[in-house]
Amino acid sequence: MSTLQTGRAADAAAPAVRCRELTKSFTGAGATVHALRGIDLDVPRGGMTMLVGPSGCGKTTLISVIAGILTPDAGECMVLGTELSTLQGQRLLDFRGRSIGFIFQQFHLVPTLTAIENVTIPLIINGTPRSRARAAAAEIIAEVGLADRSRELPGVLSGGEQQRVAIARALVHSPALVVCDEPTSALDHESGQMIMTLLRRFVSLRQATIIIVTHDDRILPFADRIARMDDGRIVGIDTEATAGGQR
Amino acid sequence: MRTVLLREIDPEGKEWVRFAHAQSRFLDPDDIIVNLIALKMLFGDRGKFVGMVLGLTFAALVMTQQPSIFIGLMTRTYAAIGDVPTADVWVMDPGVQYVEESKPLRDTDLARVRGVAGVTWAVPLYKGIINAKLPDGQTKAIILTGLDDATLIGGPPALIEGRLADLRRADAIIVDREAAENRLRYVGPDGEERSLKVGDEIEINDNRATVVGIGVSTRDFILVPKAFTTYSRAIDFAPPQRRQLTYVLAKGQDGEHPSTLARRIEAQTGLKALTSPEFEQLTLDYWMTNTGIPINFGVSVLLGFLVGAAVAGQSFYNFVRENLVHYAVLKAMGLRSGILVRMVLLQALIVGAIGYGIGVGLTALFGAFMRDTVLAFRMPPALLAFAGVGVLVIVLLSALLAIRAVLRMDPAVVFRG
Repeated sequence: MSTLQTGRAADAAAPAVRCRELTKSFTGAGATVHALRGIDLDVPRGGMTMLVGPSGCGKTTLISVIAGILTPDAGECMVLGTELSTLQGQRLLDFRGRSIGFIFQQFHLVPTLTAIENVTIPLIINGTPRSRARAAAAEIIAEVGLADRSRELPGVLSGGEQQRVAIARALVHSPALVVCDEPTSALDHESGQMIMTLLRRFVSLRQATIIIVTHDDRILPFADRIARMDDGRIVGIDTEATAGGQR
Repeated sequence: MRTVLLREIDPEGKEWVRFAHAQSRFLDPDDIIVNLIALKMLFGDRGKFVGMVLGLTFAALVMTQQPSIFIGLMTRTYAAIGDVPTADVWVMDPGVQYVEESKPLRDTDLARVRGVAGVTWAVPLYKGIINAKLPDGQTKAIILTGLDDATLIGGPPALIEGRLADLRRADAIIVDREAAENRLRYVGPDGEERSLKVGDEIEINDNRATVVGIGVSTRDFILVPKAFTTYSRAIDFAPPQRRQLTYVLAKGQDGEHPSTLARRIEAQTGLKALTSPEFEQLTLDYWMTNTGIPINFGVSVLLGFLVGAAVAGQSFYNFVRENLVHYAVLKAMGLRSGILVRMVLLQALIVGAIGYGIGVGLTALFGAFMRDTVLAFRMPPALLAFAGVGVLVIVLLSALLAIRAVLRMDPAVVFRG
């Protein structure tokens, strides 16, 4: 293994995500939608930041850009000390595979793979040997309380259980950043609270940074910071929403 | 080797991100985990999987079963040639286009052929369609083959009753088993229908003929009952004609190549002389170009291919479309497009192999059940290759459509509910 680029230190105190003047537009059916209109946002490391705002305000577009899935039209997006625009093709895929975990509203577990097989996927993508991937997946599945259901297919698990599997999948390769899209909106209140408690615990244990897009007001007390969006812009940052009692 | 980004935290809590070379497991030819994921996705969706396999099975079945029957039928058109393996060269009138066509030669042509250098022996062969009257009075047309009186060359390849030499007895004929048991059945004095058997007497063109043996020859295309007798008796049975000699069968000397001998006979006699394979090809070409059989079978095969392609292709495309979000998730997690393409290709090839195997297996079973029946069936290895290529084309076309969908998918689809 040889180092190509060293000394590019990412100060632990620097933000996990730093966006400047981000813009993104979509054109379709003769109309142009300006999803992001100059986003400036810093997401500190190791905490839970929630993006809230009305439907269509650009939340999902913003986390897609932060996750390296969408390319912005203009602006800068530094994630974990790396400017995403400098990464192309395989390097971007590798960065995403190693540094970012994903949790989706609809879980998006592969229905024909068992829970533990779903959890091993990020490790497999990163080239972890099979036996180690399996062991790591079993460990984190136990941590989310599903050790006895690890061999079940997603179809026989409840929504809450599926989301716990999805959390295990998102965190199994210890990513520095986890992006979540409406992680509780498909769940009942109790399951949603359980999921958020689990995520909070992982934030503390693994020092991961979590960005959550949500419409669910009931989970806002779990946030360290709340970034409010409207019409493609950040219209406010609330750092007092932290509900310590929920952690 | 591939370049990767590594994130490390040093003892002081500082995070370092660096590029490094690492051996990619996905480039390892023996890495099977991703392949297993692809296969689990494939087998897990049983409804679609069965649909895809059924479509390809149908395509492979039609692409092998129909041509097998076609090839079997076409093979029968020249069965009479293959039943005379001792002859190197068939000599005939230049106008003959297929083996059953009778354009008699002059009797003197036999001697002319015998006079060609390199000919070890040459014998006459009579072939003609003559009416036969069965013991119950029915009249049937039969193909009568007259064999050289001395050598009896050109008889049925096998006998299940009697001996070939019995043809030298008075009025003797040998009847083909299939004809004796089916098309020459007659109603006996007791009112019972029975097969023609050794000892029975029939009339051939008003001449008495006694069955002295039952032979087994390869089924031919025309399906007219076959009987054998000596050349001289066949001439007696046949209606009087100025020319009676249908073929001259010739054998070359040791080391003489049949085609060389055939060309020499042609040059010296002005007759058409063909080796057995050449005569088979001539007969085959005649049936191929003068009948609608190839077109009919070709249409069946084409329809089978198109229906199979449509069913399997649509099923596979739908399968991939429905899994598109999962491919998108895998891509979001860092899986390369090339590996996604490999997964889709693997799924397509596996489905293709299973469908092909079942289809060809069913065709082989069909052939086994139809053995020794009137149905023609022959499945040469080239046909298996043809069907394999056909199925491969279907799955690759399906896979290409599916791969196009995978490569063009918007990875941001993962964030859409």
